[in-house]
Amino acid sequence: MAGVRAAGVFSRFANSKYSLLSGHASRSLSVSSSVAARTHVSYELKDDVAVIRLNDPTSKVNTLSVQMQAELTEVMGEVWSNGAVKSAVFISTKPGCFIAGADINMIQACKSSEEVTSLSREGQKMFEKIEKSPIPIVAAINGSCLGGGLEFAIACQYRVATKSRKTILGTPEVMLGLLPGAGGTQRLPKMVGLPGAFDMMLTGRNIRADKAKKMGLVHQLVDPLGPGLKPAEERTIEYLEEVAVGVAKGIANKKVSLTKEKGFMQKLQDTVMGLGPVRKQIYKTVSDKVQKQTKGLYPAPVKIIESIQAGVEQGGEAGYVAEATNFGKLAMTSESRALIGLYQGQVICKKNHYGTPEKEVKKLAILGAGLMGAGIAQVSVDKGLTTILKDTAVDGISRGEQQVYKGLNDKVKKKALTSFARDTILSNLSAQLDYSSFKSADMVIEAVFEDINIKHKVLKEVEAVIPPHCIFASNTSALPIKDIAAASKRPEKVIGMHYFSPVDKMQLLEIITTDKTSKDTTASAVSVGLKQGKIIIVVGDGPGFYTTRCLAPMLAEAVRVLQEGVGPKRLDALTTSFGFPVGAATLADEVGIDVAAHVAEDLGKAFGSRFGGGNVDVLKTMVEKGFKGRKSGKGCYIYGKGKKDKSVNPDAEEILKKYKLAAHPAISTDSDIQYRLVSRFVNEAVLCLQENILRNPVEGDIGAVFGLGFPPCLGGPFRFVDSFGAERLVGIMKRFEDIYGNQFTPCQLLLDHAKNPSKKFHK
Amino acid sequence: MASMLLNSLRNCPVCPAWAVQSAARSLSTTVQLQAQVQTKSKKTLARPNVKNIVLVEGVRTPFLLSGTTYSDLMPHDLARAALQGLLHRTAIPKDVVDYIIYGTVIQEVKTSNVAREAALGAGFSDKIPSHTVTMACISSNQAMTSAVGLIAAGQCDAVVAGGVEFMSDVPIRHSRKMRKTMLSLNKAKTLGQRLSLLGSIRLAHLSPELPAVAEFSTSETMGHSADRLAAAFGVSRVEQDEFALRSHSLAKKAQDAGLLQDVISFKVPGRDIVSQDNGIRPSSMEQMAKLKPAFIKPHGTVTAANSSFLTDGASAVLIMSEEKALAMGYKPKAYLRDFVYVSQDPKDQLLLGPTYGTPKVLERAGLTMSDIDVFEFHEAFAGQIMANLKAMDSDWFAQTYMGRKSKVGTPPMDKFNLWGGSLSLGHPFGATGCRLVTTVAHRLQKEGGQYGLVAACAAGGQGHAMVIEAYPK
Repeated sequence: MAGVRAAGVFSRFANSKYSLLSGHASRSLSVSSSVAARTHVSYELKDDVAVIRLNDPTSKVNTLSVQMQAELTEVMGEVWSNGAVKSAVFISTKPGCFIAGADINMIQACKSSEEVTSLSREGQKMFEKIEKSPIPIVAAINGSCLGGGLEFAIACQYRVATKSRKTILGTPEVMLGLLPGAGGTQRLPKMVGLPGAFDMMLTGRNIRADKAKKMGLVHQLVDPLGPGLKPAEERTIEYLEEVAVGVAKGIANKKVSLTKEKGFMQKLQDTVMGLGPVRKQIYKTVSDKVQKQTKGLYPAPVKIIESIQAGVEQGGEAGYVAEATNFGKLAMTSESRALIGLYQGQVICKKNHYGTPEKEVKKLAILGAGLMGAGIAQVSVDKGLTTILKDTAVDGISRGEQQVYKGLNDKVKKKALTSFARDTILSNLSAQLDYSSFKSADMVIEAVFEDINIKHKVLKEVEAVIPPHCIFASNTSALPIKDIAAASKRPEKVIGMHYFSPVDKMQLLEIITTDKTSKDTTASAVSVGLKQGKIIIVVGDGPGFYTTRCLAPMLAEAVRVLQEGVGPKRLDALTTSFGFPVGAATLADEVGIDVAAHVAEDLGKAFGSRFGGGNVDVLKTMVEKGFKGRKSGKGCYIYGKGKKDKSVNPDAEEILKKYKLAAHPAISTDSDIQYRLVSRFVNEAVLCLQENILRNPVEGDIGAVFGLGFPPCLGGPFRFVDSFGAERLVGIMKRFEDIYGNQFTPCQLLLDHAKNPSKKFHK
Repeated sequence: MASMLLNSLRNCPVCPAWAVQSAARSLSTTVQLQAQVQTKSKKTLARPNVKNIVLVEGVRTPFLLSGTTYSDLMPHDLARAALQGLLHRTAIPKDVVDYIIYGTVIQEVKTSNVAREAALGAGFSDKIPSHTVTMACISSNQAMTSAVGLIAAGQCDAVVAGGVEFMSDVPIRHSRKMRKTMLSLNKAKTLGQRLSLLGSIRLAHLSPELPAVAEFSTSETMGHSADRLAAAFGVSRVEQDEFALRSHSLAKKAQDAGLLQDVISFKVPGRDIVSQDNGIRPSSMEQMAKLKPAFIKPHGTVTAANSSFLTDGASAVLIMSEEKALAMGYKPKAYLRDFVYVSQDPKDQLLLGPTYGTPKVLERAGLTMSDIDVFEFHEAFAGQIMANLKAMDSDWFAQTYMGRKSKVGTPPMDKFNLWGGSLSLGHPFGATGCRLVTTVAHRLQKEGGQYGLVAACAAGGQGHAMVIEAYPK
């Protein structure tokens, strides 16, 4: 058997010598004829270098799936047993992806932490073999090299990466509530130093190639090529391979050194890091920081620190054992499940489920150059949409244009964009006061003041100048779209596009369709949103749609809690310790007290006493006094010039005292307050699903987390009900209902789930 | 007589280059091609009711490595030398010229309209208007075609065009912050204001700003882009070194044979008379192979030896309407015919100007590659030339990026840059264009061909090509 394989290798060797000249056609031929059984991994010899190519034909990205691992092991066995091979190169032939990570399904399929631990051990062993390979192995990286892919690459002896924008390295496991479980926690500290390794693994951020080179994560960079005799990307991969093969040969005949001469700073840093107390201090600092940021709600960062520490302090084997054990434990946590659920939901919400629109939107017009309008303009010009930003006043336009410029220029400052690219992008923007050239617009998004009369006025004005195919989208946060569409001559072209502030930071876009909105209009809106880089949920029409409707009862409860004498600071502490990234009082200030008052009143009218709780007059009084939140400098808090200093607004506390309510001691413990806030949110979300405002729980979870900051560790309201238990939640709500009435009455769907524990929103 | 001989040689049906080309082309063009084998597509490019514009004379100073004999001059001194050389060669009266245009890239701030300063200094009448143009490495091409435009439009009859580049001295500026402080200092009224401004100067403000060799739009240096371009087209280091060696060897041969007649002698004040280019250094492949890559390290292929070097030099040509030239008793050297300017992606196709320009200008002129007897392409980098040759030979490239049905084809090497090129003769950015055109005219005369083609790339992702027709003997 081995003999046959060896012969095969040699015959291919002979082939490849000639195929160097004739190029691709003969090469692929030689591979396909010799290894018919393997589909993911193939290899050929280029002189004495084994070039191992990865490509998962069943997916857009390469993952370390069972199949991939099996074929890799097989191929490596052949390569190592072939005496003619002096070095090897790993490369992916998939454009834009080296290896995007481990296969999540593989982990999800496991039933126990022991099972996951053994998966991790296997991965560790495989990479250990690569690390101890008798021949040097070069990883040639183009595109995403993440998670398991990065762990694979850092097990190799040398790394060459393209400078392509798509080339990113990182360990995003922490964002899935996991840790790098195939040696990452052990190898990274040695490679990039303790602080660098902590930073990478605890933030999970993506590192671009040039940064990776500086950190010592890759050895050599290759420039991406433009078009030549083949498409740019194809030729770039070939070129990367040529360079990597050259390096591999160089390492094999000792012309390229694997150890880099350490600079003075590096040596100094190593010496300092060699001191036990220094390291101890680092562990402590990092742990404290993690504790402060996660409030103990996320177990993964803690386990990552533990695993790194075990490796550094107790040596390799202990480290690997700790890594594998912790990986197993983490995989079974509800937090990890919630985060993986969010990741998968996000993937779903980044697809257009409504088909390709008949006419692609190329020219977008935005009405109102306020915070929202300009924000929408920024994310649009950024993606090459020709954009008109229209306002009624020169001041408004000037402010709006400046906002777009600043948004882009901040990227220049961070070196994510060149000043030249910024200018080119800005050339897509046309700021104007009139409706000129609206006649060639494909879509108009209005972001004018939230008043139905003004909305009707602009709708009519716009419809007089736009072409028949042009879509009219309203960026309203609460007004029902059908009420806006009532003034339209063509309601099938009217849709809601609810962006979140700040538009360039918030990933969510809530699209609202009425009964009359055509499918093509929806497809267009989704397609524009996707182009703008948004995660999209599509919901039915109604007061407050989905997101605003969930938030309103929670804020109403927050106001009541404030009226009951809980200060804004304590309220914030209670909500953030539950997992909300922003406290309820701060959130109200961010949203704007006036907006909150407006929404509370509108939705209060629409839904009646269920939306009661806090007294709307509290908010109204605050608005009257000019406490509109952050934008006016005063709200629940007073905002100073520096971003950090904020103190409670004593005048607002005065108002709260005026509207003081007596707290019910039976339901006013810290935990009770938290559940009063959260249960109203969750109940309203479930009701939205019950009333078909939401199409499915996935979009409900995504909308709540990405739009409203629902605790990501809980995975969204629906996953929260699943993991917390509907019965338990209903029990708690009943206790509140006894005192406050229908605001806490669980909806029918929630009751159904409580009755039948086998009913789950997520499978 | 000689030309008839050459013509019959070209007509020889078994010429291998033709055989290969026609075989590679589609059937439909083969018929047409065979017709071309016998005669040119067109007897002349003269058109009824279109003024014939001629090149009367072209000269240049010797091109020297920057920092050598010219190092103490100023740019207009070099331009002056070229103009005086032209005056001397043509003996044209100093007030007959209607207009003077010069091309330059890195401008000396004291002589920003270098054309005017040089013209005055060269003794031209002060009644002759002059202006300066800039278009990177095709600046003097732009000067010449602007001249052609003035004559064609009937505005002028005789125009001097030229180019100059002086890399021995370039404007190095204070940093922006320092400049700002210094300008504010001008306006400061009180001692207190002045002192506080002076106090605001930090050490970092003193670091100077060099003129960028990089593309403004992409921040990429040209050598870096050339290396990527070579890699994109799979041009090897050996191919590049071979081409560079060819350029130097041919230049040396031409220099030794006295073919570079456009070079004038120039007495540099305080130094010797310079009468030869000094960058021609035929080396060996082994020597060249030893050099490390200059831009992309460690795996790049563009080195100092296969790139053009920083050069000082100036050129000048006299362009006239045919009538005027004949009336004045001149024997023109060549007709300047169709020309085009092209531009493309400044990042990945920065140096592909010749590929884009060649088919376009041939189409305008109604000629094909096989009609051209003399090719003079600007050699910025050996890798750039080889990449262009490969691009011109690729149907895929022509279809995918140029929106053309098929490739234009590559120039046969036995007609290509036979007297050396920018790699060996040197490349004073602003002056190269005139050298190319003059060389085509001289080669057409010497080799007896009829049509010549000039093509060049330029920073900004631009390019130029021009067809030149020999003046009948």
